[in-house]
Amino acid sequence: MMLAETGAPAWSWNLLTDFQDMWSYPFMVNAFRAGAVVAVVSAVVGWFVVLRRQTFAAHTVSAVAFPGAAGALLLGVSAVYGYFTLCVAAALVIAALRSGREHEESALTGTVQAFLLASGFLFTALYRGLLEGPQTILFGTFLGITSAQVTVLMVVGAVVLAVLALIGRPLLFASVDPQVAGGRGVPVRALSVVFLVLLGAATAEASQITGTLLVFALMVIPAATAQVLTARPALSLALAVLLAFAATWLGLTAAYYWPYPLGFFVTTIAFAGYLLALGRRSLREGLARIRAGATPVAKEVTA
Amino acid sequence: MTVLLAASPLSHPFFLHAFLAGTAIAAACGLVGYFLVLRAQVFTGDALSHVAFTGAMAALAFGADLRLGLFAATIAMALLFGTLGRKARPDDVVIGSVFSWILGLGAFFITLYTTSRSTTNGTAGVSVLFGSIFGISSSSAVVAALVAAEVGLLVLLIARPLLFATLDEAVAAARGVPVRLLGYGFLALAGISAAEATQAVGSLLLLGLLAAPAGAAIRLTDRPYRALALSAGLAVLEMWAGLFTSYAVPKVPPSFAIMAAATAVYTATFLIRRPVPGPRTRTAVPTGT
Repeated sequence: MMLAETGAPAWSWNLLTDFQDMWSYPFMVNAFRAGAVVAVVSAVVGWFVVLRRQTFAAHTVSAVAFPGAAGALLLGVSAVYGYFTLCVAAALVIAALRSGREHEESALTGTVQAFLLASGFLFTALYRGLLEGPQTILFGTFLGITSAQVTVLMVVGAVVLAVLALIGRPLLFASVDPQVAGGRGVPVRALSVVFLVLLGAATAEASQITGTLLVFALMVIPAATAQVLTARPALSLALAVLLAFAATWLGLTAAYYWPYPLGFFVTTIAFAGYLLALGRRSLREGLARIRAGATPVAKEVTA
Repeated sequence: MTVLLAASPLSHPFFLHAFLAGTAIAAACGLVGYFLVLRAQVFTGDALSHVAFTGAMAALAFGADLRLGLFAATIAMALLFGTLGRKARPDDVVIGSVFSWILGLGAFFITLYTTSRSTTNGTAGVSVLFGSIFGISSSSAVVAALVAAEVGLLVLLIARPLLFATLDEAVAAARGVPVRLLGYGFLALAGISAAEATQAVGSLLLLGLLAAPAGAAIRLTDRPYRALALSAGLAVLEMWAGLFTSYAVPKVPPSFAIMAAATAVYTATFLIRRPVPGPRTRTAVPTGT
C-alpha cells in the first residue's frame, strides 16, 4: 500500500534475490510467517465448513471480527482480545439459538451478522481517533505484524488444529451423514457447537491478517477447489492446505511489489485456482462422455 | 439536540428525504426478505450485499454514477447466481467462492478510487459500506422511493405463484407454474432491493433489513400472507424507529439505530413464542393452493 514510497521495490524474475530482498525487512518475514499459519489453520477449518455446507455461518462469524476490533479500539485494549471475544461469542450465539428449522436459522444468522456489523460501525463512529477509518480492519493489512502477534497466532492455531485432530473422525462422520452418526451414538450437536467455536477462533486469527471481509475467501475457496478436484477426504484436505498456503504467499509477494491490497491478490489467486479446477472437471466429464460412446447429440436426445 | 427540535424532525428537508426513501426501501426489503427467508436464500442476500459494495466502488473508480454500478452489479450477480444452481436456487459454496472474490475486487477498486481521486470524496467507501441515509438528496430520494415501490408491487404481483413454487416446487412445476422463471425473477428483484437498501443502510447492513423483519414475522405467524404483510410492516416500523432515534441522539448513526430496532424486534419474538419442539409442521402450508 505505502511501500511504493519506500524506494519502490522492483520484481526481477530472479526468485532468490526477490525473496532475499523481501525478507530483509523483518515485517515481511513476520507477514510470511503469519500468512503461513493463517493459511493452514483456515484451510483446515474451511475444509470442514465446505463439507458441512456452513458457509453462511462461517461468513457471519468472520464478519463479526470487525465490531470486535472496533470495540477493542474504542475501549483502548488490544484488538486481539476483541477479535477472539466477539468471534467466539458469535459462534456460541449461533450455536445456542439454532432451532433446526433451516429458514429460521438463516434469518437468525443474518440478523446476528447485520446487528454486529452495525455495532462495529457505531464503535468506529464513536471512536474518532481512527485515522484510516474502518477500512484497515475490513480489508486487512500485512504491515506491522509483530513477532509477538505471530507467536499468539501460532499458539492459537496449534490449539485449533489439535482439537480438530481429536474430533476429526467423528466430526467427519457427523458432517457426512448426521442421522446415521446420531444413531451410532456420535454426539452430533455437541460436535457442531465445538466446531463453531473452533471456527470462531480460526476466523479471529485470520482476520487480523486478511481483514474481516476476506477471511471467508481464505476459508472457502481453497477448500471448495480441493473438493472439486478430489473426493478423497485426506487428499482434498491436504490439497486445501496447499492451495491456501500458495494463495497467501503468492498474494503477499504480489502485494509487496504492487500497490494494491493484499486481500485482492489473495482472493484473485484463490479464485483463479477454483475456476481452473472447475474447468478441469467439466473437461474430464466431457471427455468421459465422449469415451463412453454417446455422441453429444444422442445424449441430448436421451436426456 | 433539544427536545423542542426533536419534536418536529419532519420539518427538516434532510429528514423528510430520508423518511420518504427509507419507508419505501424498508417496505420493499420486508417483502423481498420474507421470500428470501422462506426459500432459505438469505445467504444469497448476504452475497448480493457485498457485490453491491464492489459495484458502487467500481462505478466510483471509473467516475460513473454510484447507483449505476450498484444496480448493474447486483442484478447481474443475482442472475448469475441463478444459473449456478439447480432451478435458480444457487449452491452456498459456489456463492461463497464467487462473492468473496468479488469482495476482493471491491478492495482493489477502493484502493484505485482513493489513490486516483482522493481529494473528491474520501469517505465514499465508508458511506457505501454503512450507508448515509441522512445525506440522501431529494432527487435520489424520489428515485429510490419509486424504484422501491415498484419492487414491492412486483413482489405482491408474483406473491401467490412464488409462494406455491417455494413451498412445494415439484407440485407447482407439475401444475404449470413457471418455477425457473419465477426463481430468476425473484433473484432479480432481490438484486434491485439490495441496491436500493445500500443507499439507505449500506451494503454491509442491508442483510439485517432483509432477514430480521422476515425472521420475526415467520416466528409470529404461520400464515403466509399475514407473515408477508407483517414482515413489510415491521421493516417500515423499524426504519422509522431507527430514523427518529438517530435524529434524537445524533451520536448514534442511523444505520446502527435501524439495525438495533430490527434486532430488538427479532429478539422479542424469541421471548413471545418459543418454538414447540416435537411433531410440528415444519413450514407453513398455504390454504387454498
